[in-house]
Amino acid sequence: MKYHKNIPQKVIHRYLRHDKKFPHVWCPGCGNGTVLGDILRAIYHLGLTKDEIVMVSGIGCSSRMPVYVDFNTLHTTHGRAIAFATGIKFANPKLKTIVITGDGDATAIGGNHFIHACRRNIDITIIIINNNIYGMTGGQASPTTAPGKFATTAPYGAIESNFDICNLAIGAGASFVARTTAFHTTEARKLFEKAFMKKGCSVIDVITQCPVAYGKRNNLSTAVQMLKWQKEQTIPKAAYDKIPEEKRKGKVIRGILHEDDKNEFTAEYQKLIEKVQK
Amino acid sequence: MSTVKKNNYTKTPVLMQGNEAVVQGALDAGLTFFGGYPITPSTEIAEILSAELPKIGGRFIQMEDELGSMASIIGASIAGRKSMTATSGPGFSLMQENIGFAMMTEVPCVVVNVQRGGPSTGLPTSPSQGDLMQARWGTHGDHPVIALYPDSILECYALTIRAFNLAEKYRTPVILLMDEVLGHMRESIILPPKDQLNIINRIPPNVPPEWYRHYKNNPKYISPLANFGEGYRFHITGLTHDEKGFPTQKLDEIQAKMDKLQNKIKDNLDDLIQIEDFYMEDAEVAIFAAGIVARSAKEAVKQARAKGIKAGLVRPLTIWPFPDHDVETMLETSKSIIVAELNQGQMINEVKRVTSHLPHKKFHKLQKYNGELITPEEILKKITEVK
Repeated sequence: MKYHKNIPQKVIHRYLRHDKKFPHVWCPGCGNGTVLGDILRAIYHLGLTKDEIVMVSGIGCSSRMPVYVDFNTLHTTHGRAIAFATGIKFANPKLKTIVITGDGDATAIGGNHFIHACRRNIDITIIIINNNIYGMTGGQASPTTAPGKFATTAPYGAIESNFDICNLAIGAGASFVARTTAFHTTEARKLFEKAFMKKGCSVIDVITQCPVAYGKRNNLSTAVQMLKWQKEQTIPKAAYDKIPEEKRKGKVIRGILHEDDKNEFTAEYQKLIEKVQK
Repeated sequence: MSTVKKNNYTKTPVLMQGNEAVVQGALDAGLTFFGGYPITPSTEIAEILSAELPKIGGRFIQMEDELGSMASIIGASIAGRKSMTATSGPGFSLMQENIGFAMMTEVPCVVVNVQRGGPSTGLPTSPSQGDLMQARWGTHGDHPVIALYPDSILECYALTIRAFNLAEKYRTPVILLMDEVLGHMRESIILPPKDQLNIINRIPPNVPPEWYRHYKNNPKYISPLANFGEGYRFHITGLTHDEKGFPTQKLDEIQAKMDKLQNKIKDNLDDLIQIEDFYMEDAEVAIFAAGIVARSAKEAVKQARAKGIKAGLVRPLTIWPFPDHDVETMLETSKSIIVAELNQGQMINEVKRVTSHLPHKKFHKLQKYNGELITPEEILKKITEVK
């Protein structure tokens, strides 16, 4: 299949559910739709069939994503998407299992499942839509809300340290770890393609804007301001490595941050089955 | 009401532990996926399955916790495998939210709870029947459950198979409640030839994918079930949903969903309820007991009869839905009812509820919650007191 880069809407429409009533639940200016578009274009570009894709999510704004797309879709309980996905992938390793989750869903309530999926290196792709806030419940602090930033439950500014999702995933043992933003759509699409095809646990931290619940409390009250921040304050890994230490402050690295070929869980279990049955 | 089948199996006897019998029953029922987290006194189930499942090409995964265990077996069932987890009291508490998810999304799976003393960490190696109400009302929201309660090693085997059959047939999680003593006790049992087993599998859709509605209602309230990856693409959500599985807030659709969950149990009680009566034909003193307590009660009934006391036993194999009608009928003629249980009184209220309109009933409780069993002697003493 050829990628129709000039008519991106048409690509997206192929994957939306015709029997699902729109509009979607997301606020104006939200980054979730952009990321969903990137995911769909990556799927189209790779030529994956709708039947082989399972999209699993937890609870939160971004976790509403699966309802709109024509795959095998599962919207689970808060924080447990990765554990459900583990069951699906392990039960039928042929299924391309994609988890859509938010920063709160994946790293707070679901933190245990997140690190263990990385440790197990099970072949699922975890896309963390990271807006540094609990959007759906109205703007409470999340584990990625940086110290000093404001939230409804951090009215004087957060005082806890925040997770670096990528470092967490690398430390826990994921095979593919990358970061991108809602602004860098082409880069996001390419990273998704790599992640979907990677054998092993792949984690992508996607920085997205939530002008409504995060931005307005933190001097970035419009989507444009927030996208501008994503454009100016993030920097590709290669460029980051070259700049001097003093210029790195406040910059966020993008791109592939880690990749290896360590043993993947479902394949290892298949080997175990063959060994036991011999 | 269906009665308990007598053991007419033909093979040679095997010495088996309750937890082992659960494993054997699960494998014979078609289990190919187990996700679990170790907890006493259910641990042997996970241990044995970790060895057995790869032999048949099945899947065993030791999850990071009970929340993940429950999630993994729901995921596996959605992908087409018969799946199970096994746990005990505290782990069962942790599974509740996802058990509710399986209820709401109508995903078949089996949850074994080998009960231990509680609350909290409680008595890990002592028996208790403290989770009866947790099995019934542990999750939030409002829905019925199916829970089975064996009293012997053979029944651990048979009711595990039955749990899978009911799960597949009614598209719902099924809970197997066990006593710690049963999990660890060994008995010599005769297993049935495999070709004599009645194994029920989920009903696949009989329409093309584009016509398929995941929750389509029908007179029996049970919808055909497609698996992920088979060309039937659909949405599953724990949000209240319509027949297609999409979230809804329409009043009539909400009501229809809630009624469906309720009615698929309520309208099939004949199929779901199993209950045993023992010397109840002319019993003046009736004992109501489940699981391991019912075994003590059987012995007590025999001893009482030898003394000329007309005693009998009613024992539910299906504890939820509670066998209202059968309990009422069986207890109709007896004057005194002793409810014996290893807790501070969970079953007695159910028995009182269903027999409240019967005249001249005297209720007696025999409750023990110190981690010890109720002995036949204790029950016999109570029978003699109240006769």
